[in-house]
Amino acid sequence: MQFEYNVDGGNFTRAGFASSEIKKILKKLNVDIGIIKRTVVATYEGEVNIVAHAYSGTIYVDIDTERIRITLKDEGPGIPDIDQAMEEGYSTASSQVREMGFGAGMGLPNMKKNADEMQISSEVDKGTEVEIVMFLHNKE
Amino acid sequence: MVKFFHHALKFRKEICIGCSHCMNECPTQAIRIHGGKAELTDNRCIDCGKCYMVCPVGAIIVEADDLSRIFDYTHRVALIPNILLGQFPEGVSISQICSVLMEAGFTHIFEVEHGTRVLEDEMIRMMEQKELPRPLISTFCPAIVRLIQVRFPMFTDNLMLLKAPLDIAAMYYRRKLEEDGASPADTGVFYITPCAAKIAAIKSPVGEESSPITGVINMDFIYNKIYTKVKQGLSGKGSCCLPAMQPLQPEEMVWSLTEGESARMPGRTLAIDEVSNVIEFLEKMENEEISDIDFLELRACDQSCAGGILTSGNRFFTVERLRMRAEEAARGNDSMIYDTAGDSIRDHSDYLNEHLKVTQIKPRAMDKLDEDMEQAMLKMRKVQEIMKDLPYVDCGICGSPTCNSLAEDIVQGKAHVNQCIYVQKRWEQEGKLQPKESMEILKEIWGEDKF
Repeated sequence: MQFEYNVDGGNFTRAGFASSEIKKILKKLNVDIGIIKRTVVATYEGEVNIVAHAYSGTIYVDIDTERIRITLKDEGPGIPDIDQAMEEGYSTASSQVREMGFGAGMGLPNMKKNADEMQISSEVDKGTEVEIVMFLHNKE
Repeated sequence: MVKFFHHALKFRKEICIGCSHCMNECPTQAIRIHGGKAELTDNRCIDCGKCYMVCPVGAIIVEADDLSRIFDYTHRVALIPNILLGQFPEGVSISQICSVLMEAGFTHIFEVEHGTRVLEDEMIRMMEQKELPRPLISTFCPAIVRLIQVRFPMFTDNLMLLKAPLDIAAMYYRRKLEEDGASPADTGVFYITPCAAKIAAIKSPVGEESSPITGVINMDFIYNKIYTKVKQGLSGKGSCCLPAMQPLQPEEMVWSLTEGESARMPGRTLAIDEVSNVIEFLEKMENEEISDIDFLELRACDQSCAGGILTSGNRFFTVERLRMRAEEAARGNDSMIYDTAGDSIRDHSDYLNEHLKVTQIKPRAMDKLDEDMEQAMLKMRKVQEIMKDLPYVDCGICGSPTCNSLAEDIVQGKAHVNQCIYVQKRWEQEGKLQPKESMEILKEIWGEDKF
C-alpha cells in the first residue's frame, strides 16, 4: 500500500502531521507496537528535518506484509558532508529553531538508531533523500 | 468476541429515543444507532460517561448496588471520597453529612483519601527508579487506564502499576476491623462513587485479581438522601463515630482534584483533565512531539473527580470548597474531628505495600482492522475505496459517528454503503434505488416511528 504526504518547509505548526497519519495507518494494520513506535520516531525526525531545512518535501510510504519503507524527499539546500551530519550533536539549525526545541543535532542519528535500514543521498542546492526501512518480522 | 470489560453504563432501550447525541459525544466511537436505539460496542467503551452526560431522556443508567445490600453485613463501612463533602453548600456541615450516613445504616465512615499517604510514598519511590519508562502515567483514573489500553496501547508500559487510594483505604480499614475482632466475612466496604469508571474498575479490576470493595453506591443517590434529611431538619443531631486516626493532611484532601497528584511528584510533571484534552495530548506524545516529562496525571473528567458524572454540585464550587477545607486544615481547623491520638496509616505501610501493586495492564488495541496484517491491508484498501463515495460530512445519518467509521463498519460487515444519505440520493438519481427502498433503509436505522 502506498501513501504520500506533502511537507512545507518552515511550517513548524504542522510538523508531525505526516508522522501522525502514518501512525494511524500502522495501528489499523495491527503492526507491532514497538515497530510503530520506532517508525514514528524516525519519520517524525525526518519530517522535522524537512520543515527545518528544506523548502518543501514529500514523504512516500510503502507498506507490504514484510516491511515498511518510508522515503523522505526534499527540495532544499542539501547536505554537503553527510558523515558530519550523521554525528550526534552536529547541527546547523539557527538559534531561533533551537529555541523552539528543535535542532539539537540528533535528527539523523536518531533516525538511524530507530530504523532497521537507512540510506541517505544528497545534492547541494538540490535536496536530500532519506530512505528508511522497518522490517515487520525478525530477520534471522 | 471476548468481552474485556465490565461496564457500569447501561443503555435502556425502552427509554432511548435514538437521538444520537451519545454517538456524537463518545470519544472512542463506541456507539452506533440501529432500529432507532443507541447500541454500545462493549470493547471500545472506556466508561468515561460522556454519553450519560448528554443523554436528554435519561436512557443511560449507571448500574450500582442497592443501599439495602449493606445490611448483609454486620460491619458496614461507608468509604467516602472527599468529593462527596464538596457537593454540599456552606451551611451543611461535615458532621451532618456523616450523621445521615450513620442513620442510613452504616456503622463506620472512612475517608478514601487516607489511602493516598502510602500510595504517594510508593509513587515517589517509583519516580526515583531511573530504569522505568518516562513519563510515568498515574493509574488513578480508571477511564484513563482503559483509554490507554484501547487507543494508546504503546503507553501501557508507562502506567504506574499501583492500586487506587480507594483500594488502599479499603484494604487498610478491613485490616483494622479484623484487628479489632471483626470477621472479614461480616465486613462490607461500600464505596460512594462519583463516576461510572470506578464502578467498572471495582467490578472487573484491570491488573488485579479481586477488589477489597464489597459494593458501590452512586453519589447522586446518597447526595439526595443527605440533602433531603438536612433540608427537613431531621438530621445532623446524631453523633458520628470516626475512626481513631491521624487527620487528613491538606495535600491528601485535594488528591482527587486536578494537580492533586502532579503537585506531589518530583521532576517535570503535568496534569491534564477532560478526556478529549487527554486524547489530544497522548496523540502528540505518540508522535514523539512531547518528551522530557517525568510524570503525567491524566483524568477523564473536567475538574477531575469534581466533574464526575454522578456528582450533583457544580464542579467549580466543589473544587472551591475542597480547596477551602484543605486551607482550613493547614491552619489546624478541619471540621472532620478525628481522635488524633489514633492510628497512622503509615504504621501499616509494610502490609499495604505488599498489596499495593497490580499486575501487568495489557494493551487492548481496538483500532486494528484485522488481526492478520494482510487482511487488514485488504480492508484498508476497501475503506479507501468506500471513502471515495462518502461526503466527509460526518452527519451521522447512517447511524455511525463519522464517514470513516461507516466505511470501517461496512468493511467489517456491520453496515452497508446505502446507509449513507448522500449515496442514497445519488443512487435514486441514477435509478439504482427507489425512494421507497431508501425510506426503508432510514427506518431500519432510526426506527419506524420517526417517519
